Amino acid sequence: MAIEVRIPTILRSYTGGAKVVEGSGDNLGELLADLDSRHGGLKGRLVTEAGALHRFVNVYVNDEDVRFLGALDAKLNDGDSVTILPAVAGGAFGFAAAAAIGTHKLAAATAESGQPAPDAAR
Amino acid sequence: MLSIDRSIIDAIVAHARRDHPDEACGVVAGPAGSDTPTRHIPLENAARSTTFYLIDSMEHLRVWREMDDRDEEAVVIYHSHTATEAYPSRTDITLAGEPGAHYLLVSTREPDTEEIRSFRIVDGVVTEEPVRIVDAAVDPHAVQSYKFGQSPTAVDYECSGA
Repeated sequence: MAIEVRIPTILRSYTGGAKVVEGSGDNLGELLADLDSRHGGLKGRLVTEAGALHRFVNVYVNDEDVRFLGALDAKLNDGDSVTILPAVAGGAFGFAAAAAIGTHKLAAATAESGQPAPDAAR
Repeated sequence: MLSIDRSIIDAIVAHARRDHPDEACGVVAGPAGSDTPTRHIPLENAARSTTFYLIDSMEHLRVWREMDDRDEEAVVIYHSHTATEAYPSRTDITLAGEPGAHYLLVSTREPDTEEIRSFRIVDGVVTEEPVRIVDAAVDPHAVQSYKFGQSPTAVDYECSGA
């Protein structure tokens, strides 16, 4: 089954410059494995060695962030559109420190991202 | 070289001052391939941090889709550093995901000094570039006096990298 995948500029070196590629799979993990078989190295930019979706990559199925759909287990159907965007993030904090707080604060920020942050009335 | 309108720079600096001491972030979209930033889109820092910024994933998708629909791209991606210089940190370099964008940094560490610098960040390599601020409100044909390094309609900020 065909699933359309939109590739961001920074990863187009893996797709021969293609902005959109097609792949197949019953879930996101299978789709990325399928893509990697034709676009070697792509999966490694999206999935950590531990087998989790990289924290600073946003992947969407249609209009949903896959983090709310089970991440790599997110179910896919024929005709779905998958969009990959490198997170827009950074800041003055040293990376080691950012990575250390990442598991707490950023996970919380990501998990809350579907709704307004509770302290929005600041 | 980044050429950008004075009114957009003013809006970016105002956004950074408003969110200080948290880091502020946003993009300036422009027609795809034009390298000309025309539409300022201030974004919310979902990390709400003085040392980190992160654009909410759903806002990210919405804004990027909208640019796509309008045949635009993110010409400038900006954020502020609120206690340190306007230079990309290791975090900025590691996480830079748009090789075609101008990464504009604003420092708000000095309340009265406008500190803006622009960089390309590609494959972990940072290259500073000059910023040319164009004042579209000034009539270029009007007779004016100006200092060395300036023209009636633009001010060039030189940098060591270019």
